[in-house]
Amino acid sequence: MGEFFQLADLGAIAPELALAAFGLVLLVADLIVSDKRKLAHLSLGILAISAFLLFRLGDLSTSAYGGQVSIDPFASYFKFIFLIAAALTIGISTRYLDIEREHHGEYYALILFATMGMMFMASGTDLVTLYIGLETMAIATYVLVGFLRGNQRSNEASLKYFLLGAFSSGVLLYGMSLLYGISGSTNLVEIAEALSRRPVTDPISLVAMITVASGMFFKIAAFPFHQWVPDAYEGAPASVTAFMSVAVKAASFAMMVRIFMIGIYPLRDQWLPVFAAVCVMTITVGNVAALTQTNVKRMLAYSSISHAGFVLLGLIAGNDTGMTAVVLYLFVYTFMNLGAWTIIVALRRRDVIGDHVDDLNGLFFKHPAVATVMLVFLLSLAGIPPTAGFVAKYYLFASVIETGHTALAVLAALNVVVGVYYYMRVVVAMFINESTENTGLALSPGLVTVLAIALILTLFIGLYPDPFIEMARNATLVF
Amino acid sequence: MDFFETHILTIVAFLPLAGAIVLMFFNKENKLMIRLWANAVALLGFLVSVPLVFLFNYEDSGSMQFTESFTWIETLGAEYSVGIDGISLLLILLTTLLGSIATLSSWEAIQDRVKEYYIFMLLLQTGMLGVFIALDFFMFYVFWEVMLVPMYFLIGIWGGPRKLYAAIKFFMYTLVGSVLLLLGILSLYWAYPTIAAQVPEIAAVFGTDYTFSIEAFHAIGPYLEFDLQYWVFLAFFVGFAIKVPMFPFHTWLPDAHVQAPTAGSVILAAVLLKMGTYGFVRFSLPILPEATVYFVPMMIALSIVAIIYGALVAMMQKDMKSLVAYSSVSHMGFVMLGMFALNPNGLNGSILQQINHGITTGALFLIVGMIYERRHTREISEFGGLSSIMPVFATVFLIMTMSSIGLPLLNGFIGEFTILQGALQENIWWAVAGVSGIVLGAAYMLWLYQRTMFGPLDNPKNEGLRDLNLREIVTLVPLIILVFWIGIYPAPFFKALDGPVNKLVEAVRPGYFDAPPLAARLPGVVDTTVEPGDD
Repeated sequence: MGEFFQLADLGAIAPELALAAFGLVLLVADLIVSDKRKLAHLSLGILAISAFLLFRLGDLSTSAYGGQVSIDPFASYFKFIFLIAAALTIGISTRYLDIEREHHGEYYALILFATMGMMFMASGTDLVTLYIGLETMAIATYVLVGFLRGNQRSNEASLKYFLLGAFSSGVLLYGMSLLYGISGSTNLVEIAEALSRRPVTDPISLVAMITVASGMFFKIAAFPFHQWVPDAYEGAPASVTAFMSVAVKAASFAMMVRIFMIGIYPLRDQWLPVFAAVCVMTITVGNVAALTQTNVKRMLAYSSISHAGFVLLGLIAGNDTGMTAVVLYLFVYTFMNLGAWTIIVALRRRDVIGDHVDDLNGLFFKHPAVATVMLVFLLSLAGIPPTAGFVAKYYLFASVIETGHTALAVLAALNVVVGVYYYMRVVVAMFINESTENTGLALSPGLVTVLAIALILTLFIGLYPDPFIEMARNATLVF
Repeated sequence: MDFFETHILTIVAFLPLAGAIVLMFFNKENKLMIRLWANAVALLGFLVSVPLVFLFNYEDSGSMQFTESFTWIETLGAEYSVGIDGISLLLILLTTLLGSIATLSSWEAIQDRVKEYYIFMLLLQTGMLGVFIALDFFMFYVFWEVMLVPMYFLIGIWGGPRKLYAAIKFFMYTLVGSVLLLLGILSLYWAYPTIAAQVPEIAAVFGTDYTFSIEAFHAIGPYLEFDLQYWVFLAFFVGFAIKVPMFPFHTWLPDAHVQAPTAGSVILAAVLLKMGTYGFVRFSLPILPEATVYFVPMMIALSIVAIIYGALVAMMQKDMKSLVAYSSVSHMGFVMLGMFALNPNGLNGSILQQINHGITTGALFLIVGMIYERRHTREISEFGGLSSIMPVFATVFLIMTMSSIGLPLLNGFIGEFTILQGALQENIWWAVAGVSGIVLGAAYMLWLYQRTMFGPLDNPKNEGLRDLNLREIVTLVPLIILVFWIGIYPAPFFKALDGPVNKLVEAVRPGYFDAPPLAARLPGVVDTTVEPGDD
C-alpha cells in the first residue's frame, strides 16, 4: 500500500470506478438483454450513480494516489459536465440508432468508458494520468465514430480520426517525455518548479512547450490542427458528434488548462503569443469556412472550431475572469451545442439522411415549437442575448479587455458578426423557406426531453446567470 | 395606483412582451382576433405611457425619474435599473405612439403569417422601449441587441423581393457596431473601481464595486484619461453611428427601408434610428466629454457630408421609398450637426428634430405604403395627377412634405431652425452647410410631390385609385396633430428638454453657462437658452 496507494484513494475516484465497473456489467448484460433500449435506461442509471458518488465528494479538495489525481472543485465541475453530456447523448441516441439499424449495447458502454477517461483528464495532476485518461477517451471515441459499420462515411471518418489522433497523441507524448526529461517528474507542480529554474529561452523547454501545445491543439481542434473535424463530425453518427463536440472538447480543455496553467505556467510569456495567434486563426478560419457550407453538419463542425478559438481567449487572459469564462463557456456550450445537434439527430429519418441545410426548409411550418427552440440554440451559439451564449461570450470579452488584449478582443468581436451570417442561414431555411415533402423530424420522448433540458438551461442562464457564474468562479479558485 | 406609479416604466416596457406571449396561444387561422388583440395591446401600450406626461416633474427634467432598480446579476454588478429624464420621456412617447400606429397600419398590408408578424412587432416594441428606459449599461446592451432579432424577421419574412439580403445586411451591420460598443462598455466597466476609489464623492454615491450604472459612468466621465476616452469614443461611435446611420455607415439603411414592410420602415425610421442618436446623447457626450470635444470636427464633417450627400442621392431616386430613406440620411445628418454643436440650442434642436423626424418620416413611409398597397409599385414615374382623385391623401402628403422641408408653423421648421441657431453660435460655415441641406431638401421633396400629385392623370392604372379609408386616416391624424402642435407651440417639448440638455452641456463643456456666447443673447430667436446660474 504505502504512500502511493491508500484505501481512501478508492473513495476519491469512486465516480470513475462506478462508470468502469458498471460499464463492464453493461457489456455482459448486452449478451442477455435483447431490447437495447433497456440498456440505455441502465446506462442512465449508471451515470446517475456516478453523479451521486461525485455529489457525495462535495467540495472536498484533496489529492489521491500520491498526487496523481486531484479532487477539487475544478475537476468536479467538469465531471458534472461530462456526466450531463453523456446522459443527454444517451437520451438522443436510442431512436437514432434504431433508424440507423445499428443499435448495439456496446454503444452505451463505450460512452461510459469515454466519460470515465474524460473524468481523469479533468482531475489528473500528473502527465501519466492525464495521458491515460486522454487515450481512454480517445479510443472509445474512435470506435464510436465508426459505429455505423455499413456506412462508408462513418468508417472513413473513424479511420481518419484514428490516424490523425494517434499521430497527435504521439506528438503530445513526445512533449511530455521532454518535460519529464527536464524535471525528472511527471507531476505538474514539480514540472512547473523545474521549468521556472531554467532560463526562459531554454530551447528544450520551448520544444516541449510547442509539442505539448500542438498535441492539445489537435484535441481541441484549433488551427492548424482542425482539418479532421469536419470529416469526423460529418461521418460519425450524429449522436456521437453531439457528444464529441461538447464533452470531448470540454475534457480536452480541462486537460489543457491543467497543463498550461500549472505545469507549463512558468513559460506563459512564451506560449502566450502562440496561443494568441492560434486563437485568432482558429476563430477566423472556423467561421470563414462555415460560411460556405451547405451541409449543416459540416457547418456546425466549423462553427465548433471557431468556438474552441473563443474559449482560448479566456486562457490567454489567464486571470480569474478568464478562467471563469473558460469553464462557464464550456458549460453553456454543452447545452446550446448539444441542443442544436439534437435537432440534427432528429432530422435523420428512415429514408432521409437529413444533413443538408435544405433539409431544414420550412421546419417552422411543420414543427413550429421545435424550430423556435432551434432558433434559441442558434442565437445562443451566435452570442445574441438573452441567451446563455451571450453571457458566456460576454465573460470572455470581459476577460480579454480586463487584461488589455484589446486587438484580440476586436478581432474576436468582429468574428461574432461573421458567425451570425451562417447561423442565420439555418434560421432562414427554417422560418422563411417553403417546406418540402422532405421536411420533418423523427422525434422521440428522449429527444424531446433533451431539447427541453437544453432549452431551459440556455434561456435560464441567459436571463439569470448569477448562480452559474458563481459556480464557475468557485471551480477556478484552484488556479 | 401606487403600484402603477412605482412600476410605470416596467409596465410600459413589458406590456407588449406580455401581449406577445399571450398572442402565441392564439389560433393562427383566426386573423381577426389576432389583429384585434395586437392592436389592443399596442394601443394600451401607448395609453399606459401617457400618464408619464402628467406625472413627470418638469422642474427637474434633468434627473432620472420613475426610477426602479433591483439586483439582477450580482456577480457582475449588473442591475435591472430603469428611469427616464426629459429626453427619454419624449423618445418613449414617440415609440409607443408610432408603435401603435405602425401596428394599425399593418391591418390590410399583412395577410400572410399574421400571428408571427404581430408577435415580432410586439417583441420589437419591448426591445426598443427597454433601450430608452435602461439605466444600467448591461441591461441597455441586452435590449439593444435583442431588438435586432424581431426586426430581422420583419424584414426577412414580410419584406420585398430582396428581403433576405436586406435583413442580413441590417443585422450584420448593426452587430458590428454592437460588439464594438460592448468592448467600449467593458473598458469603462474595468476602469470604474479605480477611479471611484480615488474620488470620494463618487465612491459615496455609487460605491467602489464594479458597476454598470450609467449614472456612475456619468460621474466618472471627467476623471477618465483622455487616451481611454479616445478609444471608447471610437468604439461607441461605430456602434451608434451605424445605427443613426451616419455617413459612411449608412449603406444598410436604403436596403432595409426599401425591402421592409411599411410598418417595419415606419418603426425603423421613427424609432430605431433614434437609438443611435440617443446613444450619443446618453453615453458618448456625458461619459467621454474630452473625447467628444476632440472629435467635434470629424463628427461635424461627417454630419455635413450626410446632409448634402443624402439630399443629392435622394433627388436621384426613382423609387419613392428609397427617396424617403435617403432623406432620412440627410435629416439624421442634421440631428448630428445640432448635437455636436454642443450648445443648448444645438442639442435642444437636435433632440426635438429626432422627434420631428420620427413623426414626419414615419408619416411619409405610411403614405408611401398606402400608395403601394393600392398600386403595388413605388416607381415615381408610374404616378402623376393623383391629387385630383385622392384629395385627402394629397392633403396629408402635402402637410408631411412641408413638414419635412421645414415650413414655418410646422414641426420641421422649429427643429431645423434651432439646430441652425446652435450651429451658427459655433461656426457660421456649419450653418451655411446646413442651410444648403434645407434647400436641397425642399427641392427633392417638392419635386417628388409635383411629379406624383400634380400634372395630368395620364396613367390609366391610376384612375381607379380610392382615397384614404377611415383606418388610414386614423393612423395619420395623430401625426398631423403633432406636426402642427410642435410647429406652433413647441414650448412644452423644450420644457422637457431644457433640464437634460443643460446638464449635458455642463458635462461636456464645464463652465459653459458662466460665460454665454453673445449669439445666444440675440433677440428674435426662440427662447430656449437658460439664464446663467439657472440650473
